[in-house]
Amino acid sequence: MNHLDSRKYIILLVVILAVFCLVAASIGRYSMNPADVLGALYTKVKGLEGNKTMENVLFLVRFPRILAAVIVGAALSLSGAIYQGIFKNPLVSPDLLGVSSGACVGAAIAILLGFNLAWTQVFAFAGGLVAVNLAVLLSKILRSSSNIILVLSGIIISGLMGSILGVLKFIADPETELSSIVYWQMGSIAGVSLKQVFAVIPLMITAMVIMLLLSWRINIMSFGEQEAKSLGINVVLLRGIAIICASLLTASAVSISGTIGWIGLVIPHLGRILVGPDNTKLFPVTLLQGSIFLLLIDTISRVATSVEIPLSILTGLIGAPFYAYILWERKTKLS
Amino acid sequence: MKIEVRNLSFTYRNGRMIFENISFDIEPGKIICILGPNGAGKSTLLNCIANMLVPVAGEVLIDGLSTRRMQLREVARAISYVPQIVIPAFDFSVLEYVVTGCAPRMGTFERPKAEHYEIAWQAIRLLRIEHLAEKPYTEISGGERQQVCIARAIAQQPAVILLDEPTAHLDYGNQIKVLKTISDLADRGYGIVMTTHNPDHVLLLNAQIGVINRQGQMTFGDCGEIMREDFLQNLYDTDLRILSIEELNRNICAVPNLNLGVGGYNGD
Repeated sequence: MNHLDSRKYIILLVVILAVFCLVAASIGRYSMNPADVLGALYTKVKGLEGNKTMENVLFLVRFPRILAAVIVGAALSLSGAIYQGIFKNPLVSPDLLGVSSGACVGAAIAILLGFNLAWTQVFAFAGGLVAVNLAVLLSKILRSSSNIILVLSGIIISGLMGSILGVLKFIADPETELSSIVYWQMGSIAGVSLKQVFAVIPLMITAMVIMLLLSWRINIMSFGEQEAKSLGINVVLLRGIAIICASLLTASAVSISGTIGWIGLVIPHLGRILVGPDNTKLFPVTLLQGSIFLLLIDTISRVATSVEIPLSILTGLIGAPFYAYILWERKTKLS
Repeated sequence: MKIEVRNLSFTYRNGRMIFENISFDIEPGKIICILGPNGAGKSTLLNCIANMLVPVAGEVLIDGLSTRRMQLREVARAISYVPQIVIPAFDFSVLEYVVTGCAPRMGTFERPKAEHYEIAWQAIRLLRIEHLAEKPYTEISGGERQQVCIARAIAQQPAVILLDEPTAHLDYGNQIKVLKTISDLADRGYGIVMTTHNPDHVLLLNAQIGVINRQGQMTFGDCGEIMREDFLQNLYDTDLRILSIEELNRNICAVPNLNLGVGGYNGD
């Protein structure tokens, strides 16, 4: 197996991420050079007199958006890797399991009820948890441990959640609530504020740290319930913690950015190709790759054309063909 | 370490009784084969001994302590379990797989370090599968995978190893290889409990034997007292013979000519 040295690769990813952040902060309608960005950061931190326009563009518009792209990308891709590990199924992801659409329904209910962001997050989390449990329950009712059945169950739950979301839109006030649900559901971090980002960061970081600490145990879970149990692992507890953390990550991402598809599937796979299936390496690599990927996609969506391209369109253009490639590559192992 | 199985009974939630009142001791260096027809609860019994299923009555004692009052992790330090072959979802290397045997002795957040890899390597060397260590677990043959599973069971550093039909799905050569490995492990002092469908394996290993019948009752004893023609004929509802073959220097269990045209199978 020709895998990369994960330690060196992680350092490389951190460097790439830092460079991308700097570049993303520099380019756009008001473009500046990277040195100016660093200069503005310096003057702001030191409390010195700086270029006010530049500071406004950076701190009110670009930095929140960059930060949002970095954490949402990290959260979605890590939750994908976690679901794949605990369901020992490389074909699942937050969107394919219905977690994203479940979180969407939860968040839409919160918007309809006029709740603030914190409650939107709570509702999104509840919706996501309900959806993943329904998908797992459905695959258990079908009495099949096949990879495909879990994916199909997820698709069924996604469809159901999509319809519920349709109902919610139908009863929403077309003047105010409908537009905010639709706009947010499209998947965008264009209008995100620093306040929103900071509202979800603590939970996200907590879930990430817990999962990074448990990553080796998730390896054992991916051998199957019986084997994990025979190695003394409390399967129910560990799976519960992992599902809660992964759903929390997805829901937090969804509550600030709407649904952004494919990242949770594609990025962990890319990581597995490069560093292998060991989650102690895969989780950190997946995190960083997800951040870089979404930052890249979001930057393209904002600078490529004069109108913003919704993120799901771009991630879908890359993700869908990649999923086809995975299926092709694994065609002998699917049943 | 002494492991005693005491009055184990298991009943499914729907009320179907699987086995009842099973008792025996698992001793270091001894092999116990569990025989029985399909569905007689052989795997369920192993699962109960490994504390993965909770019996409805009875208990398993490790050095006098009931596993009912022990954590899974503590039980896993004394008893390893080799499941029937499963195809893993991810292509972990054999070494990465074997090292997970150290999990019961590691902290919840701990990752394998040099000392754990050393234990894994010892197990790999014991089974002489060094050439497989770096290969993906998904890309080795069924026989090799069985050896790898046993290596992981050894990395667990247990007193007893349970094997669920270790020869199932293997070709003849690999079946014998696994039996030889099992015999070696017993010589090294591990207690072994394995399920099998082949009475000849019991004779080959000269093992102690527990037979579960369709009513869920177990008959336990040494090879010589249990492996008698009338008993086995009755158990399997088949005409079979136990013969002493001088050239092989052992007893074998075999069936007479099937003689399809006469008697038995008459074509409808």
